[in-house]
Amino acid sequence: MAPTKSSNVRIETSKESTKSYKKVINDKVESVLQSRKNANEIFDLLEYLQSNKEKEAMCAVHACGKLFSDLLERGDLFVGKLPEEDEVLEGERTADDKYRIFLRHRYINCIEQLLENMGHNAYPVKEASLCMLMKFASTEGKFPLQKLDWCEHYSFPRELIQAVVERMLSEIEDMAMIISRFQEFLEMDDVRYYVMCSIRDHVANVMEKNKGVVMPIFQNNVFTLLSNINMPSQDSELTNFMVQQGAKHNDWKAAKFKEHKRVFERTWLMFLKYKLPGSMYKKVLVILHETILPHMSEPTLMIDFLTAAYDIGGAISLLALNGLFILMHQHNLEYPDFYKKLYNLLEPSIFHVKYRARFFHLANLFLSSTHLPVYLVAAFAKRLSRLALTAPPTALVMLLPFICNLIRRHPSCRVLIHRPSAEAPCNDPYNMEEEDPAQCNALESSLWEIKTLQNHYHPDVAKAAQAINQPLSQTETDISKLLELSTFELMEKDLKEVPSTVPLEFDKATQLLNGSRDVLGIHFCLE
Amino acid sequence: MGKQQKKKNVADKVRKTKTSTEIKNNPFEVKINKKKFDILGRKTKHDVGLPGVSRSKAINKRKNTLLKEYKQKGKANKFIDRRFGEYDTKMAPEDKILQRFSLERQRTLEKKDIYNLNEDEELTHYGQSLAEMEKLNDIVDSDSDSEEKGLLSAELTASHFGGGGGLLRKKSPGEKEDEGSQKAKSRQELIEELIIKSKQEKRERQTQKEEAHVLTEKLDQEWKSIQGLLSHKGSKAQSQDQTEKPKLDDYDMMVRELGFEMKAQPSEKLKSEEELAREGRERLHILEADRLRRMKGDLEEGPKKKTVHFSADDLNDGFILDKEDKKMLAYQDGKWSVEEEEEKEGESEEEVEECEEEDDGDDDGDDDSGNDEDEDDSKEDAHSDLESEQGSAEEEELDKDEEEFPTASAPRPLSEEERKAQQEIAKAELPYTFKAPESTEELKSMLQGHFPEKQRLILDRTLKSNHPSLGVGNKLKLQKMFGFLLEYMGELASSKPPELNTVNILIPQLYGLSQLFPAAACKAMQTLLTDSAHDIEETVEVTGRAAFPGLDVLIYLKITALLFPTSDFRHPVTTPAFLCISQALTKCPLTCLQDVTCGLVLCCLALEYVALSQRLCPEVINFLLGVLHLAVPDKTNLGYSVVSPFKQVGRFGELLVLSSPEAPEGWSRKALPLSATQGLQLHSHLETNHYRLSLLDTCLDLVKKFAVLYKDIPSFFHIFQPIRAALKHLPLKNYPSTLQECHREVLEALPETPAEQLPLVFEKKKPIPLKLLTPKIVEVLDYGKKRGNTKEQREQERLKHKYKKEFKGALREIRKDTRFLAQEKLSDVMRRDSERKRKVKELLGSLSTQEGEWKSLKKMKRK
Repeated sequence: MAPTKSSNVRIETSKESTKSYKKVINDKVESVLQSRKNANEIFDLLEYLQSNKEKEAMCAVHACGKLFSDLLERGDLFVGKLPEEDEVLEGERTADDKYRIFLRHRYINCIEQLLENMGHNAYPVKEASLCMLMKFASTEGKFPLQKLDWCEHYSFPRELIQAVVERMLSEIEDMAMIISRFQEFLEMDDVRYYVMCSIRDHVANVMEKNKGVVMPIFQNNVFTLLSNINMPSQDSELTNFMVQQGAKHNDWKAAKFKEHKRVFERTWLMFLKYKLPGSMYKKVLVILHETILPHMSEPTLMIDFLTAAYDIGGAISLLALNGLFILMHQHNLEYPDFYKKLYNLLEPSIFHVKYRARFFHLANLFLSSTHLPVYLVAAFAKRLSRLALTAPPTALVMLLPFICNLIRRHPSCRVLIHRPSAEAPCNDPYNMEEEDPAQCNALESSLWEIKTLQNHYHPDVAKAAQAINQPLSQTETDISKLLELSTFELMEKDLKEVPSTVPLEFDKATQLLNGSRDVLGIHFCLE
Repeated sequence: MGKQQKKKNVADKVRKTKTSTEIKNNPFEVKINKKKFDILGRKTKHDVGLPGVSRSKAINKRKNTLLKEYKQKGKANKFIDRRFGEYDTKMAPEDKILQRFSLERQRTLEKKDIYNLNEDEELTHYGQSLAEMEKLNDIVDSDSDSEEKGLLSAELTASHFGGGGGLLRKKSPGEKEDEGSQKAKSRQELIEELIIKSKQEKRERQTQKEEAHVLTEKLDQEWKSIQGLLSHKGSKAQSQDQTEKPKLDDYDMMVRELGFEMKAQPSEKLKSEEELAREGRERLHILEADRLRRMKGDLEEGPKKKTVHFSADDLNDGFILDKEDKKMLAYQDGKWSVEEEEEKEGESEEEVEECEEEDDGDDDGDDDSGNDEDEDDSKEDAHSDLESEQGSAEEEELDKDEEEFPTASAPRPLSEEERKAQQEIAKAELPYTFKAPESTEELKSMLQGHFPEKQRLILDRTLKSNHPSLGVGNKLKLQKMFGFLLEYMGELASSKPPELNTVNILIPQLYGLSQLFPAAACKAMQTLLTDSAHDIEETVEVTGRAAFPGLDVLIYLKITALLFPTSDFRHPVTTPAFLCISQALTKCPLTCLQDVTCGLVLCCLALEYVALSQRLCPEVINFLLGVLHLAVPDKTNLGYSVVSPFKQVGRFGELLVLSSPEAPEGWSRKALPLSATQGLQLHSHLETNHYRLSLLDTCLDLVKKFAVLYKDIPSFFHIFQPIRAALKHLPLKNYPSTLQECHREVLEALPETPAEQLPLVFEKKKPIPLKLLTPKIVEVLDYGKKRGNTKEQREQERLKHKYKKEFKGALREIRKDTRFLAQEKLSDVMRRDSERKRKVKELLGSLSTQEGEWKSLKKMKRK
């Protein structure tokens, strides 16, 4: 409208505002709201919005929020397709219209600036900007800026939401904090619906643009946002809306549970379609069975992702097991060579990973079937006991009953611990390197490893290993309590029982090193 | 009570009157119960009976009890004697009367009815006061004895109709007057009177006693004065007790000494060196057997013997011996008191010196026992040497031992001269008694700033002056002190640079304390170890990784191995300690050479822990493999895999790879400093490489030792197979020759092919024996009596029998009672009938006489 004039004002205000920007800002908001004459002072407010100072920016954000939501409520903003600002000056319009168009342009400027501020250095500014944008969104929902064609469109500030989502899914910045703040708004069903739509579109765009290359920060942001989505579990739970649609509410897609599910599923699939960084696989798999699979309309679509994850190996495979199990168990999925792959997952590192408890819980489930072939169970038992030679005591306490349970379930595996027919000593026929459990000759072998572990230093392990000396009892040992045993818990067991007498060393200690059985003193000295 | 008395009276009467010899001898009264057989030796009670007597007894009894009850039947009223103290035999009759009187007074004084306002008013009759009238009456009454007045005199009637005077009238006039005067006395006054009375009595008794005492004393003195004259001989002992106590005869002393010597325990024969050695060996054998039993686990937990550790006694007994010695010394000096015990507490120089001297005295004996063990050790090591050499040589060796281990026996570890020298130095500075510290800080302030040797001395003295046998609270203090000492050691170890020498020197004291208080030592060590384990676990949970434990924890673990048996199957301290090691070896990633050092120290400790029991420790093998892996330069195509905390390929994967090929120059094998686990500073590349070589050397040696240790376990090959693979990947040509040699030895110790093994078979079970069906034999002791099999049955039988008897007896009694009652009733009825008959007869008689008279009158008239 009048750029020269506004710049003059800016200079003046910048001089004045050093003292009390707060007062200035508030005054300006008041004056703009009071009369149309002062409309140009909006420029000053927008100027404040760009400030690097946290307090000024905060103040400006709040002021702008108040100003524009008031203007929106008054209907002072131009509704409908917005003409270019330059055109307005030339076109034949009333002054009123011109004023409105001007305000609408400032409103758009303000939104742009707020989106910019979501990348501000100070978290409060980010947060305030986000809240303000969502406030605009809700006000816009009530006082739509589009002219509604009655049959097709529903009044929802889709563009605004889309912009916010795109800003949050930054490719260069970790937005975890602001996303967790955003979770509050995701409680509203329509917001959630449109956010999911926006994510889907945005992910597709970005990944296409980058040709599917791994983008850790972006994908991490997407994951954080997606994992923050709490899906409703029933149709009736869809009651919390930001924008009410009046009569045609029931036809609205955002009000349909089925649609929610569909969009949720599409969004996840879109996200998982592209290659993910290794840690992301773990994160996704950890929450997969609890928060993703139940809310999908067609869970079997996840099979591609799960198979891919399962083939990666290591901890990721372990985690993929859980999802696969749900698909196989509840959705009748056929998975070829499942047990063979499971068998090959057994590696020394399995006892040292974080997901040990989950893996053995599942392995226990998979191997609980009594219809498994004997060679397979024998192979598992033998391999596990071979691996037990490198396991820490916390794992062994659980593993030894696990192996015994296997033998209990499959009595024909008893030959592993009791082979009275053979007389001559022999080499271990078991082949550790063989990948096929059918070919590894486990059934011809014996569990000498457990015999070895009877000599383990920890009394609980040694006792558990001694179980194979006698015929096993009929009842299975419950290992669920032992799954997540930690070293300290194991230690506490010993501390709780205080014996009446504490045996002492009878060799008299005279020095720190150089005792009768000292090893430390041979290699180290007291310095 | 009354009933019983009556019964007794009746019985007495019966006895007195009828059971006299007269009756017994009366053949008509006596009934002889006939016996079927005469049995020798059986005493019979009932061969002669007096049926008449007993029947009359029974009847009398019934008359007194049953009949009375029968007569009282249906009668609700009865007399109850409520006189105060009537049945209290303990009360004297005077007291009774007094009490009754006071009660009576009380009753009259009490206001019966608070609403009856007129109670206090004087009662009148015909306008005259009743009291006045009573007085008059009294006069009349007293006069009435003369019976001169008519029966219905005016006064008498007046008094009679006055009513209520009956009670008063009964009393004699004297009493009345008394009552009048007593009325003024309140209850309080009465009580006061009583009190005064009793006090007076008491005083009297006291004076009597005193008088008696004075008299006896006087008598005694008189007796003594005479006694001296009488004779000296007989009464000597008595007189000595009272008069001549302080003087002591030579003879008396001798007698006493003899008496004490008799009481003294016979000491054991002085043993020759061989005997001592043999005993020591036997003791060690026993201890070793005990250790083996515990190592095998809880197989025989039931008959768990209380383990006796003789070595612990050394310190313990030392102090008790001290005490005894002091007494003995005192006797020899001719002193009588036992003051020495208090002297310990005293702080004056002289007293302390005395103590020290005495300590010296018994040190010799103690040293012998203390050195036994050292000697045993050496004997076990080189037994043949010892045997070839003779006594003098042995003594030399003894001395040598002492010099070698200056801290050999806990409380007195130094040779004579050294000790004396030290004492003199110490006298200048150190006090001789120390208060037991109440906190670690106190202990620290006590010890810090002294030389290690002096710290040991201070500790020693603290222990001595607070020995549990010297005071009640000392035990607790010393128990706490173990914990403080441990903490102090931890602080020493974690200070920079670590003062490990001090820790080293204080070890014997710690050992001694632990032997004194095993439970406290166990507790203190447990807390320290679990704290560190907990810390590691928490950091692992939060960050996923944790730093290796500090040198203090390593020292604690080492001390654990020194104080507690590591070979036990399950031990409250060593099992958690082992878990600590395992946790550190699996959870702490290696980021620098310092961590590798720390890990290797832990491996050494683990080896010490399992050296005797030969138990398997997979984590250590994994760790050693990982360390070897760190030295492999080319990480491709390995043929083995490492586990946590190592990574197959990673940032810190080449910590031990030599940076330059000329590294081995100038490297020689030497012990690494323990302080390297805390702040390792390597200045040049060469130094770093040398350090790496040292670490590798240590690692290879440990592998060798573990290989030797585990060579008999079934999966030996599979356990060491990855290590074997890793050894082949080491860049041997860069290593010095000693290391290459070591490497070769290790490879030789590890087999190339797995050993052949027998397949597993269950342990053979003992066949379950058949059920044996031996007949049950019951002893039959006496044929005549009813017999049950067991004691309980017999008892039951007896009770049943008794019950039956009692039941029959009761029935019989009841029957007799009813018969008696019926008889009574009948006689009653008869009596009444006869009375009636008599009366009817009388009436009829009188009527007939009347009739007769009337007829005779009629006849007369007619005439």
